[in-house]
Amino acid sequence: MSISLDMAQTELREVNTTLQAAAKAQANEDYVIENPRGSHAVACGLDGPVSVTVKGSTGYYCAGMNKDAEVTVEGSAGPGVAENMMSGVVTIEGDASQYAGATGHGGLLNIKGNASSRCGISMKGIDIVVHGNIGHMSAFMAQKGNLVVLGDAGDALGDSLYEACLFVRGDVKSLGADCIEKELRPEHIEVLADLLAKAGADAKPEEFKRYGSARTLYNFNIDNADAY
Amino acid sequence: MCGIVGLFLKKDELRPQLGDMLTDMLITMTDRGPDSAGIAIYGEETEGMVKITVQSDTPEEAFAELDGALTSAIHSPVSMKVIDTHAVLTVADSVEAKAIEVLEEKGLRIMGSGQTMEIYKEVGLPKNVASRFGLRDMGGSHGIGHTRMATESAVTTMGAHPFSTADDQCLVHNGSLSNHNQMRRKLAKKGVFTRSENDTEVGAAYISSRIADGATLGEALEGTIEDLDGFFTFVTGTKDGFGVVRDPIACKPAVMAETDDYVAFASEYRAFADLPGIDGARVWEPEPATVYFWER
Repeated sequence: MSISLDMAQTELREVNTTLQAAAKAQANEDYVIENPRGSHAVACGLDGPVSVTVKGSTGYYCAGMNKDAEVTVEGSAGPGVAENMMSGVVTIEGDASQYAGATGHGGLLNIKGNASSRCGISMKGIDIVVHGNIGHMSAFMAQKGNLVVLGDAGDALGDSLYEACLFVRGDVKSLGADCIEKELRPEHIEVLADLLAKAGADAKPEEFKRYGSARTLYNFNIDNADAY
Repeated sequence: MCGIVGLFLKKDELRPQLGDMLTDMLITMTDRGPDSAGIAIYGEETEGMVKITVQSDTPEEAFAELDGALTSAIHSPVSMKVIDTHAVLTVADSVEAKAIEVLEEKGLRIMGSGQTMEIYKEVGLPKNVASRFGLRDMGGSHGIGHTRMATESAVTTMGAHPFSTADDQCLVHNGSLSNHNQMRRKLAKKGVFTRSENDTEVGAAYISSRIADGATLGEALEGTIEDLDGFFTFVTGTKDGFGVVRDPIACKPAVMAETDDYVAFASEYRAFADLPGIDGARVWEPEPATVYFWER
């Protein structure tokens, strides 16, 4: 039995206070948010087991800082969805705007549509699965975690990448500085198979190409001294 | 930060509702731009006539007998509609340039002119600006609006958007241009002058100047990607429609929605929440460095 909160009648702050209290109470309750109307920061800061289904599209920073909670948006999400997520699952049935999953430390961000620019920027351990395409500068300075893209990637994928793993099934418009294609080994196929299954994605791990850091930017190159 | 909204109607029967729909969209964008607001509305046209929208801080004085004075000065009939600090003067298109000259000499600020376009903009909260001008009751084929949080020039009526730099053309902008002074000088050398210190007006003048040189709206918007430096999401209005372009970095938000009835643009999805049929609309984010336009 789910508990309904209607944002046509309930203020955002009250909605979030209710959800945060439910998360803290560890009661495993299910909530349904009606009429989100593109509001900002819906279901953010949840730090316990609670399930939230948002019936419609959200604005900036939905499900930010999520920990243990499961948040599903039955629409599209604005900029910064699941920003700095720690754990749990955030699912977007539609598209996600720019910097989805930015700085995320853990958990799964599952985007059923497309994600625009800067998806997974500075990700630090989160797993992101995008069923459609991603925009430019995605995984910029990504440190840890996996970004899986069933469609195409825009310009400058993985620019200044650290140790995050990027898997793209479609075309990559261009790779960013220090990002290269790497061999897809059995251990990567295992990781991919697991993530695709968790995300309910209809794709074979073998169809993907893996990209990672060439690690040439990790140390200062004395030959570049004149450039400074 | 600023807010942009735009609405292009595909069905003539919706025209009377244009102002109502745009007003809700504009007010929803208040927290992106609470210092000023403006709207360009493309309404009725009269064959051979042009509408000149002017503004004055002392409207009672400035607009008293203005139509009569202008008629005598240009030797041609003038009709005038006064709305708050703005007046729309309708004159024959053959005397448009002379009429604008006379109006400027009288110290009136020219908001824009065109066969169908009227521009209303003022300092203040979007809901107050909308109610002062009765935007809700205005009809038309399409319109664009802007809520401003100033960065590049002062909070004044002349700094508010939309900016019009040619008949029936206007521009609204979210972002900031960094080469506007250089571009202003380049345009001035070509004889294209701006009326304010504002960066967006330079963008508008650039687009108008390209169109005057023979470019299509699409080509002029393509040109902004090469020739203008800075952050921008632009929405430009013309007599027949509107166009959208974002800079290649595309950090300024943009979202579009299309149904059988309309094409809508906004900085954020929440501006669409009250539009009829939005739940079934195709909603997408315009790609960076890509020109979109709709014309009837």
